[in-house]
This record gives sequence, C-alpha cells and structure tokens, in this order.
Amino acid sequence: MAQFSLPENSKVKKGNHHALGEGGGRIKTFNIYRWSPEDDENPRIDSYEIDLDDCGPMVLDALIKIKNEMDSGLTFRRSCREGICGSCSMNIDGGNTLACLKSIEDVKGEVNIYPLPHMLVVKDLVPDLTHAYAQLTSVEPWLKTETPEPKGRERKQSPEERDALDGLWECVLCFSCTTSCPSYWWNGDRYLGPAVLLQAYRWIADSRDEFTGERLDALEDPFRLYRCHTIMNCAKTCPKGLNPGKAIGEIKKLMVQRQG
Amino acid sequence: MARQRPLSPHLQVYRLPLPAIMSISHRMTGIILSSGTLMLTLYLVALANGPESFALAQKVIAHPIGMLVLFGYSVALFYHGCNGVRHLFWDALIGLNIPAIYKSGQVVLVLAIVLTAGLWGLIFSAV
Repeated sequence: MAQFSLPENSKVKKGNHHALGEGGGRIKTFNIYRWSPEDDENPRIDSYEIDLDDCGPMVLDALIKIKNEMDSGLTFRRSCREGICGSCSMNIDGGNTLACLKSIEDVKGEVNIYPLPHMLVVKDLVPDLTHAYAQLTSVEPWLKTETPEPKGRERKQSPEERDALDGLWECVLCFSCTTSCPSYWWNGDRYLGPAVLLQAYRWIADSRDEFTGERLDALEDPFRLYRCHTIMNCAKTCPKGLNPGKAIGEIKKLMVQRQG
Repeated sequence: MARQRPLSPHLQVYRLPLPAIMSISHRMTGIILSSGTLMLTLYLVALANGPESFALAQKVIAHPIGMLVLFGYSVALFYHGCNGVRHLFWDALIGLNIPAIYKSGQVVLVLAIVLTAGLWGLIFSAV
C-alpha cells in the first residue's frame, strides 16, 4: 500500500538562511534540500541569496556558485554541464529536470531544489540510484544476437530501421522521468519505471536485435510493465524532450499484437 | 555509523501537471461510479420491494442532498466516460504526446461539463 506522507526521519525542517552580504543587483533566493548522514538531524531546507548579475544563467551555475563561495558542504552530482551526462538531475521548481538545462529565469519567485522524488538520499541532492541501475541491467540494454557476425562489416540497418530508434537513443539515463512517476513512487520495487522501459523498447525496436521475443517475455508481468497507467509525468518532465510513455505504449501494443 | 537514509519528498513537492491531476481524477471517479452502482441497485431493490419502499427511495432522491449525490454521480459518469475514451485512443497510440494530451484533456473537461449541464437541463425542464 502506498504511503503518501514522509516517514518520521524524512520530514523536512526549516534550515539556515545565507543572506547576501552587501546587496545590489538582482537577488534570487535558492531553497535547497540538505541532509547529511554524519549528524543526527532530519533533512532541512537551507536558503541562499544569489546575485544573478554575478552568476551564470542555469540553476547548475547557481549551485556551483553556492558551493564555491557560500557553503562548500553542499553536495550534488554534476559533470558535463550541457545536458549530455545526465548527472545533475533533481527536482527544481516542482518538476524533475537537469540543473544544467534549467534556466534560472524560467523559475518565478524563489527556486526550490530537492533531490529526485521518492528516492533514498545519500547526501543533500544526491539520491541512491542503486536500485534503478539494477533495474536497467535487468532489461539487458545491449545488442543480443544469435546469428554469426557478418565478416568484415557491421550489422547493417536501413535508414528507416535506424529512424525507428530516434527518440529512444537520446536518453541520458538521468531518471528524471522515473522519479516523476507516481506509479514508480508507490511500486518502484517491482515496476521498472519509464526510463528503464524506454531503454527496453530501444532494444526491442532495434532491427539488428534478435531477442525481441525473449525481451517481451521478460516484461510480460503485472508489475514490471503494466504499472504504467499513462499518467504521462514522464514525457512532461523529460529534460531531453523524449516520450517514455509512448515507448511503453509501443511495448504494450506489441504484447497485444503477438497474441495474434 | 551512517544513519538510515531519508526518503526524498515526492507528493509534498511535485507540482502535478494537468494530465496527472486528470489521471488521479479518473481513478477517483471510477471509485465513485462503483459505489454509485451500489446505490442504483438499492433503488431497484426498493422498487421490487413494493410501493412504500419505492416511495421512500423517491423521497430520498428528491431531497436536496439526494439530488446533490445524483449530481456528483453524473459528473463522475460523464468525466470517467469521456476520459475513458481518451485512454482508448492512447492504447492505440493516438494522441500520446504532450501537446495532444493537453488538448484532449481540455476537450474531455469541456465535454464532461456540457454533458452534465445538458442532462440536468433536461431533468429540470421535464420536472
């Protein structure tokens, strides 16, 4: 049964305010979720005032600025700062996205930043993705074949067959979609979630893959696939503009079609 | 020794978009409809039971609170029905993208309101 409220140890308290000393410029307040495994406190919201005239345009720029200049303890994942690595996914202004692709200007009022929703928190904005990665591994996201490899060349694909993979291969596995899905919140232990199902479909849709039937068999399960109720938060929130809900729909359709 | 990890906030912080709100409404109206069917059964039982009990059932329905319950049931019926058709289209992979989902959502909301208003217009003009 789904638990809609947060457990006692997860309830969020008010934290510290870091004011901008000598003010000027355009000030924006960032309210950021903090939790450390090293003390005995509940999570808290710390707020930081930033001068936008002295900061890059993206939310990630502000986070890096806070870490460099105001609070070196602030912990978050980031790497490429251009929407390719998928590391800086978090909940910003009530939706999941990549901090590096989210413009500060797009947020009205104060900027509220939380870790990806309904995940165990390692520290501050860093969620534990162990389970999500294990689910990804479970769909065997690589090319599987039985026929011998053609000599001296790759396995060929027609342009049309290649086109079928557009909208699937671009996923950077940030898990914004998976952690935006209420169905994953309540049944994430067994439901694979949109990101992993999109990856599953990416290999089902690949003309070179020879294990389509086995892949569908593995998904034919009330929880793994069919906990998707087309709530469609996944497509709405995807920072890469992909549509995992549609990929799941394609899998469901194949399930029906192969019944004959 | 590290402490037990907290669960990050979910419903508390997620701003549910219109399609998500319509999705949970679909489920809630579904529950209302199942209990409404029970009420319909009670009404039929009262009818089978004889004139006195049927008169009582009629009185309950004609009461303002009874009317309000009926009105709620009709809203749930039209919303759930229209949105159910929307889900059928999605099952056929039609309109399963964000702009279309918003558009069809608005169509469902308007249709549900129009159909409910139409039904109650008919009821009141017949009385």
